[in-house]
Amino acid sequence: MKDMVIINPGLYTTVQDRGRWGYQEYGMPVTGAMDDYSLRLANILVGNDEYDAVLETTLNGPEISFNTNVVAAITGANMMPRVNGFTVPMWRSLKLSKGDVLSFDMVRAGTRGYISFAGGLDIPTVMGSRSTYVRGAIGGYEGRKLKSNDEINVRDKDFPIEQLAGRVIPQQYIPQYDDSCIIRVVPGPQDDCFTEESIEKFFSSEYEITKEADRMGYRLSGPQLMHKDGADIISDGINLGSVQVPGHGMPIVMMSDRQTTGGYTKIATVISSDIPVMAQLRPGNKVKFVRIDVREAHKVLREYENKIKEIKEYVNSYQLNTTRIKRYNLKIEGENYEVIVEEIV
Amino acid sequence: MYEAARYLMSGDKGLVVEFGNEISEPVNEKVRGMYLAIQKNQMPGIYELIPTYRSLLIQYNPLEIETDGLIEKLRIIEKDMGAIDLPKPRTVEIPTIYGGEFGEDLSFVAEHNGLSEDEVIKIHTSIDYRIYMLGFTPGFSYLGGMSEKIATPRLKTPRTKIPGGSVGIAGKQTGIYPMESPGGWQLIGRTPVKLYDPTSETPIILQAGDYIRFKSINKDEYDYIHDLAEKKQYKIKIVTE
Repeated sequence: MKDMVIINPGLYTTVQDRGRWGYQEYGMPVTGAMDDYSLRLANILVGNDEYDAVLETTLNGPEISFNTNVVAAITGANMMPRVNGFTVPMWRSLKLSKGDVLSFDMVRAGTRGYISFAGGLDIPTVMGSRSTYVRGAIGGYEGRKLKSNDEINVRDKDFPIEQLAGRVIPQQYIPQYDDSCIIRVVPGPQDDCFTEESIEKFFSSEYEITKEADRMGYRLSGPQLMHKDGADIISDGINLGSVQVPGHGMPIVMMSDRQTTGGYTKIATVISSDIPVMAQLRPGNKVKFVRIDVREAHKVLREYENKIKEIKEYVNSYQLNTTRIKRYNLKIEGENYEVIVEEIV
Repeated sequence: MYEAARYLMSGDKGLVVEFGNEISEPVNEKVRGMYLAIQKNQMPGIYELIPTYRSLLIQYNPLEIETDGLIEKLRIIEKDMGAIDLPKPRTVEIPTIYGGEFGEDLSFVAEHNGLSEDEVIKIHTSIDYRIYMLGFTPGFSYLGGMSEKIATPRLKTPRTKIPGGSVGIAGKQTGIYPMESPGGWQLIGRTPVKLYDPTSETPIILQAGDYIRFKSINKDEYDYIHDLAEKKQYKIKIVTE
């Protein structure tokens, strides 16, 4: 038996890392974790390379049992993780022992969760990445989403896991996921294909995420956008966050599993540091697009990268060294409480 | 073709260099020229290039190279491009078995155009097709230049499963399915060459700017090449002349 066994895979759980970069010119989608921020923080917590492969969950988390001691961290959507039935915190590295079972409640906020393991996942790389590309049936775990009884090993067994438990992300860096949010976009590359009225409409209206929202892209519904001279262009490159508008006039935001090229006009592109926000949305949530100049967007990107650097330095310098965790069930005035006591050295 | 390329923003990490608004060899050759020049100069901060029919999407890290500086460098490349001779594109031979179980629609294509099956094969193998770009699925080439004499509309009801390597015709286009997929193209043949093999050292062998020349082969040749391709021992043949 391997280090971890998937008892229940959850709704849609896949192995993802930074993505399969370098092959878009051959028509190969990049894939990779939808939420770059949560991916990197999950890995930082357990001492991995920021872009190492993790499990990406969707709405319903998995149930996993462990056959060895591991250190794991859970970031992203608030899915109320439990170990052996007891609530455990997110955004913190946890020591899990042989025989432990990690499970999740229904997600409370956000959509995608990330589970990292110190030492990474023992998943073969395909074309330089461990990311699962489900439509192409490659990468990750046999090119597909996880199912019950799948087994995965931790890759690097020599990781000093004892020293990696109990590391925390400071509260101010933990994102809050709302049902409606503002997404910043840089206009173009084909914003000139739309009527002025439609451009104004795009930036002044709210759009709703429809049920057709997956790792490839989100179809939105809202005020219809009009093209000056048709929606079709000679196919060109699609970027992460490209907002395509086909003839029906409804925007589609292209995400991790996007195709590399396409023949629809693109009114704008979501800035890269707002993609993690987009990644946590679900059908029924609302977005408002705000225009931002490309130079301003670069300032935002620099801040985003500096923030992650700051967190990394903080996490690496601050070590809690939890050696033992005790859990108690308390009943006070008829209410059940779970109390976790950590012994700190 | 535009007099000067247009530089369009594709978010905070993307820049589109657009050379025209038409599907033509001269415009596509500009795309190839810019692609090759950037690769040759190894410009820091650029991490990926996606060449398409008439534009190049450059993905870059703005924290390593500023947009203004990047555009300035690209404009210089653009000016120099007219003066330098590009290396000749490769012409890749694609051995193909036509008709029968490998190309079930060959007879229909022949009938539709008032030709014999042999004439269709002769016309299909007589042209070098330019690969304008790859996209749609991994390894799928958008080819240009097919003769209108063999143009045939798509199937009314698409097939749910087409084997990888199938060669087909859809309207005025021809193409090869790199992997098993559904599709509505008229199938005229199949190549044993693996255009897409994620476990191979070169997962996708064709490149934008290459030309393809189909070569008609018989069943024995098909089996031989198929066997080599399965063992990852088949080397693609570059036509030299």
